Amino acid sequence: MWTALEPEIVVSNLLALSEKHALSVERLSVAFLHGDQVLLALDGTTFEVKRGEFVCVVGASGSGKTTLLNVLAGLDRPSAGRAHVHGRVALIFQESALLPWLTAAGNVELALELRGAPASARHKLASELLGRVHMAGFEKRRPHELSGGMKQRVALARALAQDADVLLMDEPFGALDAISRDLLHEELLRIWRESHLTILFVTHNAREAVRLGDRVMVFSSRPGRVAHEVHVDLPRPRSLDSPELAVIAGRITDRLKREVTYG
Amino acid sequence: MAELASQLDLPEVAPPPPHPVRKSIERTWSGLWPKVGAILLTLIVWQLVVWSGWRPQSALPGPWPVLNRLASDLSHLDFYAGMGVTLRRAALGYAIAAAAAIVVAILIARIELARRSVGSLLVGLQSMPSIAWLPFAILLLQRSESAITFVVVMGAAPAIAAGLLSGIDHVHPLLIRVGRAMGADGLRLYRHVIIPAALPAFVGGLKQGWAFAWRSLMSAELLVAAANQTSIGQLLQSAGKLLDMQQLLAIMIVIFVIGIAIDSLFSDLDRLVRRRWGLLGSEA
Repeated sequence: MWTALEPEIVVSNLLALSEKHALSVERLSVAFLHGDQVLLALDGTTFEVKRGEFVCVVGASGSGKTTLLNVLAGLDRPSAGRAHVHGRVALIFQESALLPWLTAAGNVELALELRGAPASARHKLASELLGRVHMAGFEKRRPHELSGGMKQRVALARALAQDADVLLMDEPFGALDAISRDLLHEELLRIWRESHLTILFVTHNAREAVRLGDRVMVFSSRPGRVAHEVHVDLPRPRSLDSPELAVIAGRITDRLKREVTYG
Repeated sequence: MAELASQLDLPEVAPPPPHPVRKSIERTWSGLWPKVGAILLTLIVWQLVVWSGWRPQSALPGPWPVLNRLASDLSHLDFYAGMGVTLRRAALGYAIAAAAAIVVAILIARIELARRSVGSLLVGLQSMPSIAWLPFAILLLQRSESAITFVVVMGAAPAIAAGLLSGIDHVHPLLIRVGRAMGADGLRLYRHVIIPAALPAFVGGLKQGWAFAWRSLMSAELLVAAANQTSIGQLLQSAGKLLDMQQLLAIMIVIFVIGIAIDSLFSDLDRLVRRRWGLLGSEA
């Protein structure tokens, strides 16, 4: 059934400014060969993300969230369907995804180099970007000399260095303590407000999703598809501890439990 | 307010910067004194054995006459010429071995067929004593410089290639995803991600390769008098023929010291790389 559409990923920079949507995913299916079994990670997923929108994806492990991000970032091929990304994509990972042999500035400069930024401008640009995530003064530190939260700040700066239109985030704050995570939420929202970024943020934490997103998509488990969608219309800034947020997060968690239990 | 809090938060979570100078002095001293102690202990035991009269002085001279002999050897230019020949051979053979190993390891890593063919031979080559190549090398290249170099290369290259290959094979998949997500592919992925990530294992292979190279060179020099060049191995051989035990022991000390000195350079390199890569744990 999922061979009906030709697989296709389209990344078009020219359309980026005129398009209303930053991401459009249409009947996307991804299958993996596991031994002689075919595992369906995503099955006919369809959704769209508007330019400048902050969308969170919640799902249990095995719901194909990471696969979805890999396809959007061009790291995996879809088996069927389409995934359109209008503009450049940057990917942020859960942890220790900085290159350990490079300094904080070196990591950012490498992203600039791979993007094609001129050598003379890289150093200054990297300092500016680290300043934007409040990491000024830590340019020469190596990743192992930084705390988990600081590493993710540098990872954020590196993603910004890629000059992306769309930021794909794969449970980026999952390994952090509560306070670092709270601070990074504020940081991320500030950067999102200041820029014209579109963010697709994957998490398994419903409260985190409701705190950050304009919209939360709940993914079903194996194979993954959008099972439920919530528009969060709470005013910003939102507090993780507010009762309104807890109510919405509670509904999402209930829905998530049903997905895990009944598949 | 929230931004202020996040700024204030940073210095507290940051680990304190290390003090490199004091630390390196402490480390040098703590690395040095056990070695000095071991040398003194060896000299004492040696002297005691000589004093016991177990063997006559001509068969086993004491440390004092041997060290005197070494000092007088070291004041002769010929001796340095011999050392120069040996070190030049070591450098040449080792350089060829390293270059060949890098090419072979990358081919094996990239091409599945190469892995199944050459990759499986690598383990066997590594366990084969390189001196077993010498008769082959002599028939192939005569008793020449090239034969010696050949043996050194065959000794060192498999260890270096195996080190680099295991480094490449064990690069964390996440780092490769990161590199590709940033737009690095093919050669750029190798240059910016895979090779640096494999460097600690590669340095380990280089270190082991040096030990093999030095052993192979000494064996080959003992057996091949190439182009009438005086080398350390030849000096050792002729001291043996002349029954000059003082000279023999003096040269053995030189071989030992050169081996250790170069090995410790590799250890420093290894430590430097590991510290930079954050692999030293608490020391970092």
